[in-house]
Amino acid sequence: MHEMMVAQSLMAIISDEAAKHAAKPVAAKISCGTLNPINDEAFRFAFEAIARDTPYEDLRFQIEHKPTRALCGICEAEFEVEFSRPACPCGSENFKLLPDAPLILEEIDFQTD
Amino acid sequence: MEKVDIGKKILHENEKYAFENIMFLAEHKKSCLNMISSPGSGKTTILTRTIDELKGRLRIGVIEGDIQTDLDAERIRATGAPVVLINTEGACHLSAAQISNALKNLPIEDLDLILIENVGNLVCPSAFELGESGKIVVLSVAEGDDKPAKYPSIFAKSKLLLINKIDLLDGGHVDFDIERAKADARRLNKAIEIFPISAKTGEGMNNWYDRLEEWAKNPGL
Ligand SMILES: Nc1nc2c(ncn2[C@@H]2O[C@H](COP(=O)(O)OP(=O)(O)OP(=O)(O)O)[C@@H](O)[C@H]2O)c(=O)[nH]1
Ligand SMILES: [Mg+2]
Ligand SMILES: [Zn+2]
Repeated sequence: MHEMMVAQSLMAIISDEAAKHAAKPVAAKISCGTLNPINDEAFRFAFEAIARDTPYEDLRFQIEHKPTRALCGICEAEFEVEFSRPACPCGSENFKLLPDAPLILEEIDFQTD
Repeated sequence: MEKVDIGKKILHENEKYAFENIMFLAEHKKSCLNMISSPGSGKTTILTRTIDELKGRLRIGVIEGDIQTDLDAERIRATGAPVVLINTEGACHLSAAQISNALKNLPIEDLDLILIENVGNLVCPSAFELGESGKIVVLSVAEGDDKPAKYPSIFAKSKLLLINKIDLLDGGHVDFDIERAKADARRLNKAIEIFPISAKTGEGMNNWYDRLEEWAKNPGL
C-alpha cells in the first residue's frame, strides 16, 4: 500500500509547519477522495512507525473521505457517486465523473501553553 | 490549543516532479505512456511483442518498474530496445521522481515513444501522476469482467483499455463478457478507447500499433 509514502510526505509537511509556528502539533485533519482513498488503519500504522521517538508520536488524526461527484448528462444535476451502483438519482447512467479530491492536510491543532 | 488552516497537498512533492516530467517531455516533443494492470495481465508480453513488431516503424524506449527483480527489464533488453529499470524496493507504485531520473537515463533523442511498465497493481499506481501523456490500463480476461466496476479509479483515469488474452475466450476456458467490461468502463469514462487484443497470438494488435504511431507523432492525442 502507498500509505507509507503518504505518511512520510505528511511528516515532512507537519515538521515544516511546526518549525514555522514554533509550536507542538497535537492533532491534524487530513482529507482524501474515494477513487484513490487512503486506508485509515494502514495510514495510522504507517505514521506511528515513522513518528516513533519524534515529537509527533502522539499526534492524533481525523481523516475525512470526500465522495466522488459527477455531472449527469441527462438532467445536468451534480451528484455523489455510489460506486457499487453508479448512476444519477434521476436513473441516468450517462454522467461525467468530476476529478477526485486530492490528499490534503487540512489543518493542524497546535499546543498553546 | 490553536487550530491552523494548512490546506496543503500531501503529495505535492510528487506533483512537482510530475510537472517537471511534463515539461521535459514537451521540450523533447515525446509521448510517454504509463501502463498499469494487476500482476500478470500481460504488460511485459505486450511490450516485447510491440517492440519486435514495430521495429523499423517506431523506436520505443521502456521504463520498467518492478518491486525487486530485473526479470522484466531483461525481457525488454532481449528485444534490443533501450530500457531503464526502477526497483521500487517494496513500494506498490512508481513515483514521478523515479520517472524524472529514468527519463534522463534514456537516449531520448533516439526514441519516438516511451512506454512505462508500472508495478503490477491495479489500485495504487493510479494515485501517483507521473507527468505521463496518458495512462493505459491492461485487463486480461482471466481476471474477470467485473474489474472495471470493482476498481473504478484506473478505468476512470485511463485513455485506453487493452483487454488482453482474448485467445483464452476461444476455447471457452474463461467466461468474460467483453461487452459488460466495455460498458462498465465507459460508464466511468466516456472517452476511453478499448482494444481487445492477444499479445500471444497477435490478434487485435494492429489497432494498438496504429494508435501508438499516432501518439508518437502527436503526444497531445
Ligand atoms: N494466453 C495468453 N497468455 C498471455 C497473453 N499475454 C501474456 N500472457 C501470459 O501471461 C503471463 C504473464 O504475462 P506478463 O507479460 O509477464 O505479465 P505482466 O503484466 O508483465 O506481469 P507483472 O510484471 O508481474 O505485473 C505470462 O505467462 C504470459 O505468457 C495472451 O495474450 N494470451
Ligand atoms: Mg511485467
Ligand atoms: Zn440525472
